[in-house]
Amino acid sequence: MPEIIVQSDPFDMGEMLNRFAARQANAGAVVSFSGIVRDVATGDLDAMEIEHYPGMTEKALAKIAGEAMTRWQLADAFILHRHGRMGQGETIMMVATASRHRADAFAAAEFLMDYLKSRAPFWKKEITGEGAAWVAARDEDEDALARWQQQ
Amino acid sequence: MIELRYFAWLRERVGTGHEQVETQAATVAELIEELKARDEGYAFAFSDLKAIRAAVDQDLVDLDAPIAGAKEVAFFPPMTGG
Repeated sequence: MPEIIVQSDPFDMGEMLNRFAARQANAGAVVSFSGIVRDVATGDLDAMEIEHYPGMTEKALAKIAGEAMTRWQLADAFILHRHGRMGQGETIMMVATASRHRADAFAAAEFLMDYLKSRAPFWKKEITGEGAAWVAARDEDEDALARWQQQ
Repeated sequence: MIELRYFAWLRERVGTGHEQVETQAATVAELIEELKARDEGYAFAFSDLKAIRAAVDQDLVDLDAPIAGAKEVAFFPPMTGG
């Protein structure tokens, strides 16, 4: 069963990756991706706030991870996503996948990212010197999903 | 009674995160029409349906989805996770 963690506390991505990798005695490949709070174009980001839908968030992430497990030959998958307030440079989330071969681990990690970008109930708000603004969903994120649906 | 949940800018425009309503609506879209008829705040919040996503009992659905028997319907803008 893929492990899903939703929390507001900061986390150490190296520690979480080591913990995940230590469980993969039969997998030859572990791939991970981490998302980090970046500055806004104007360079004055004070913080990012992420709202989520408690209950649905965990269900949606478990569903996405479960689908990755059936589409690729995965030994395991892991998703951690934070909510609440975080500063520039802080880690927002990470995914990790484990497989016997790297192609499946890479593809599944990308699939998890594409899906949780626009199908997991999180909403980002950027707080700057100018005020607060919700981050708009990007068309590119929907396009990224479409390629998995064609297959 | 059905529990409504609102998130992100939809929550801000509606002015509450959740409320309970009695509804005659058969689908999510009909429920939206009922809400829009309430007052200007709701009408503004739901003015652009392309920017509205919905979940019925915490499963993402299309706006034409039925709500019969649903305990909870949630409305929110397109998600921005990751």
